Amino acid sequence: MTTPLLEIKNLVLVRGEVQVLDIPALLLHENEVLSIIGPNGSGKSTLLLTLASLLQPTTGELRCRGEIISSRRSAETYRRRLAMVFQEPLLFDTTVFENVATGLKIRGISRNEIKGRVQRSLELFNIRHLADRSARKLSGGEAQRTSLARAFAINPEIVLLDEPFASLDPPTRLALTEDLERILKETGTAAVMATHDQLDALRLSDRMAVMKSGRIIQDGPPVEVMHRPADEFVASFVGMENVLNGKVVAQAGGLLTVTLADHLIEFPGMSAPGEQALFCIRPEHITITTSDPGGATSARNIFPATIRKIIPMGAYHKLYLECGFPLVAYLTSQSLGTLHLAEGTRVFASFKATSVHLIRSGA
Amino acid sequence: MELFWEGIAKAMALIVALDREVLAITWLSLKVSGLATLISLVIGISSGTLLALTDFPGKRLIISIVNTGMGLPPVVVGLFVTIFLWRNGPLGFLEILYTPTAMIIAQAIIATPIVTGITVASIHSLPPNLKLQILALGATRWQMVLILIREARLPLLAGVMAGFGGVISEVGASIMVGGNIKGYSRVLTTATVMETSRGNFDVAIALSLILLLLCFAVNYVLTRIQHRKRPR
Repeated sequence: MTTPLLEIKNLVLVRGEVQVLDIPALLLHENEVLSIIGPNGSGKSTLLLTLASLLQPTTGELRCRGEIISSRRSAETYRRRLAMVFQEPLLFDTTVFENVATGLKIRGISRNEIKGRVQRSLELFNIRHLADRSARKLSGGEAQRTSLARAFAINPEIVLLDEPFASLDPPTRLALTEDLERILKETGTAAVMATHDQLDALRLSDRMAVMKSGRIIQDGPPVEVMHRPADEFVASFVGMENVLNGKVVAQAGGLLTVTLADHLIEFPGMSAPGEQALFCIRPEHITITTSDPGGATSARNIFPATIRKIIPMGAYHKLYLECGFPLVAYLTSQSLGTLHLAEGTRVFASFKATSVHLIRSGA
Repeated sequence: MELFWEGIAKAMALIVALDREVLAITWLSLKVSGLATLISLVIGISSGTLLALTDFPGKRLIISIVNTGMGLPPVVVGLFVTIFLWRNGPLGFLEILYTPTAMIIAQAIIATPIVTGITVASIHSLPPNLKLQILALGATRWQMVLILIREARLPLLAGVMAGFGGVISEVGASIMVGGNIKGYSRVLTTATVMETSRGNFDVAIALSLILLLLCFAVNYVLTRIQHRKRPR
């Protein structure tokens, strides 16, 4: 077992009377990108500031490669190994070049070396042409690129990104996300990124931690968090729109049969008959057909349904179905046309047993 | 009205001819007010930055006192500096009453709260996360303070101008602690007061014109600076 790059142990941060962070354990390994997702006010930024040792935990510890960061001196030494990018670019009132050079100047690096490293960082973020421009005359995307270039110029071991794309328009955001993805891969820099966008998290990270009220509710690979949410909160936050509650009627061979509004739903899980089961299905895992697929599908769960509402979402449509219980499904715009679907149309909704995730069960 | 035009004409003549006495008075004004401003910058920027960046009980009260001090009446300052420097006063042994040094001290006392107040406001006007961003770039606390001051340089320059503008046009304290001694502690404002009382309107107008010009120059630069924009 190698020593983790960053490690949090039993960390509690109290501000005023309020406990704003309570994290028993959190790890970041070399070359790993960890996303922290959660709603506004869940403590993402506070956690990042604590990881940067810019906020001191009330109790608990922060370790970098096993070494405790405690005194002001150790914090200053530690901070020289990392870089942080905030939601606002926070550029200095000077040229782009000088902005990117700031971290290097702070470290007392020679003018000649600074020149080369700033150029490389500017190239990395495709803003070499802006070197001599005043930071006052940049677009939002250019300013955030400068801020990122400034962070990467110091060759940090860890970058902490606090919603770096939150204030950018969608095309700018997409281009910058692509570049950041490439740069993180190329440089192998470990990163912790706070975001409230699950798609950014899914795209950029190796691991995802979901925060709520200063606590980490779930921590795991993004796909696992998206498909196997730990509770209703995580489920709703990662776009799991179908969270249902039924009663277990049978269990055999690791397969549960649950009754819900006179329908039987089958999915894998362990529970006892008579218990309540909370389970979820991602909308993209629900198949819509106009005739009963019957034996034509391997899906175990097939339900006649009525389309209550159709909402266009760009590339796909969101269908609100009523099958005795409510169900949300996604359908491409093309399929919607081919199947001649409209509000009120009667259809069949089907999903595989393996698409269902049992959140929890109990009496 | 004739008096006015005649005065203007004579004043222009005095300025154009580079009258020695007028030049000496202008030079002393610049020297006294410039030095006083410099002293107020050293004290005001450091204490203002400290005040803006630290949290302690009573901080709001101190800032309110500083802000009140920004409008300190020069005659009050003049009075207390005189008392302190008076022969039997606590600092009487320095024997600097009625010297340009006393004027510099009085003017520095007037300008310091102005510079301090503007420094506090300038540092507060920076984005709140900027301090954290600088520390996150690896700066020590000292480096962070220097970078913050550099970032606030435009509004701080406004503080310099306001401080200088305040003391160069001040008359009460200068006349009280300087004594308006010819060729020694006479500055533009004190000379204007004296010449006017003597009925020498031409000289008074010449001195006022120079003073106005200086004030205009200061305010022109100030306005230019204030109209510049900050980066995002």
